Amino acid sequence: MLTAEDKKLIQQVWGKLGGAEEDVGAETLWRMFCSYPPTKTYFPHFDLAQGSDQIRGHGKKVVAALGTAIKNLDNLSQALSELSNLHAYNLRVDPVNFKFLAQCLQVVLATRLGKEYTPEVHSAVDKFMSAVASVLAEKYR
Amino acid sequence: MVHWTAEEKQLITSLWGKVNVEECGAEALARLLIVYPWTQRFFDTFGNLSSPTAIVGNPKVRAHGKKVLTSFGEAIKNLDNLKGTYSKLSELHCDKLHVDPENFRLLGDILIVVLASHFTKDFTPACQAVWQKLVGLVAHALARKYH
Repeated sequence: MLTAEDKKLIQQVWGKLGGAEEDVGAETLWRMFCSYPPTKTYFPHFDLAQGSDQIRGHGKKVVAALGTAIKNLDNLSQALSELSNLHAYNLRVDPVNFKFLAQCLQVVLATRLGKEYTPEVHSAVDKFMSAVASVLAEKYR
Repeated sequence: MVHWTAEEKQLITSLWGKVNVEECGAEALARLLIVYPWTQRFFDTFGNLSSPTAIVGNPKVRAHGKKVLTSFGEAIKNLDNLKGTYSKLSELHCDKLHVDPENFRLLGDILIVVLASHFTKDFTPACQAVWQKLVGLVAHALARKYH
């Protein structure tokens, strides 16, 4: 469960990205495709070359959704309801992949924040991504 | 049979050469206990694990973290024989320590985040991919003798 402190840390971390959200999104996806090649199976229609417009575009979408989630930490279920429907009925991404995305986001944040990516921040982000994954998989069955 | 390209081995060993095993090991284990508090179940005798500060400063955590990562170093010297390298440790973790292998995967991912925070942009996507492969194989080797 996200504590008040967790929520504060998550918002702070997101605040530190200072406009680099798009880059963060693209890099997260790219790292996911590199480290977990099976994740590419969900994007047969994409140009998956490094830096492709489609990866950038999709990374931007993902990060925007996370940004929305962060503004609605007290009501994730409602805030992500549409995305939850999309993932359940349309995309049907196996939930194991949410962990891979989360790991790659953690790595991107850690590379950008270095020492500022403290154990407490790491923990808060991990819990947050776990909560997002739960909401996205909520309606799967 | 695991296959490592020359490039992959190079990415592993060149990064490892810059790792402070004691610091990194301590940090990785501390983060495991902080981010996944249920892992504390294996460390009843470690004393004060009541807060992130306590965990990070705990000398037993530091010492054990160093031990764990030193063992990782052995794997890196024997990339072509991870199974052999971890055979005895695998038996130990099953028969004596009773550790769920899922914990090896958790620690592996945590180690990668620690490396990312230390090496920042030098921890490139290619680097991460190779290290994710390595921690996955180490976890697999450690789980191999379970029964």
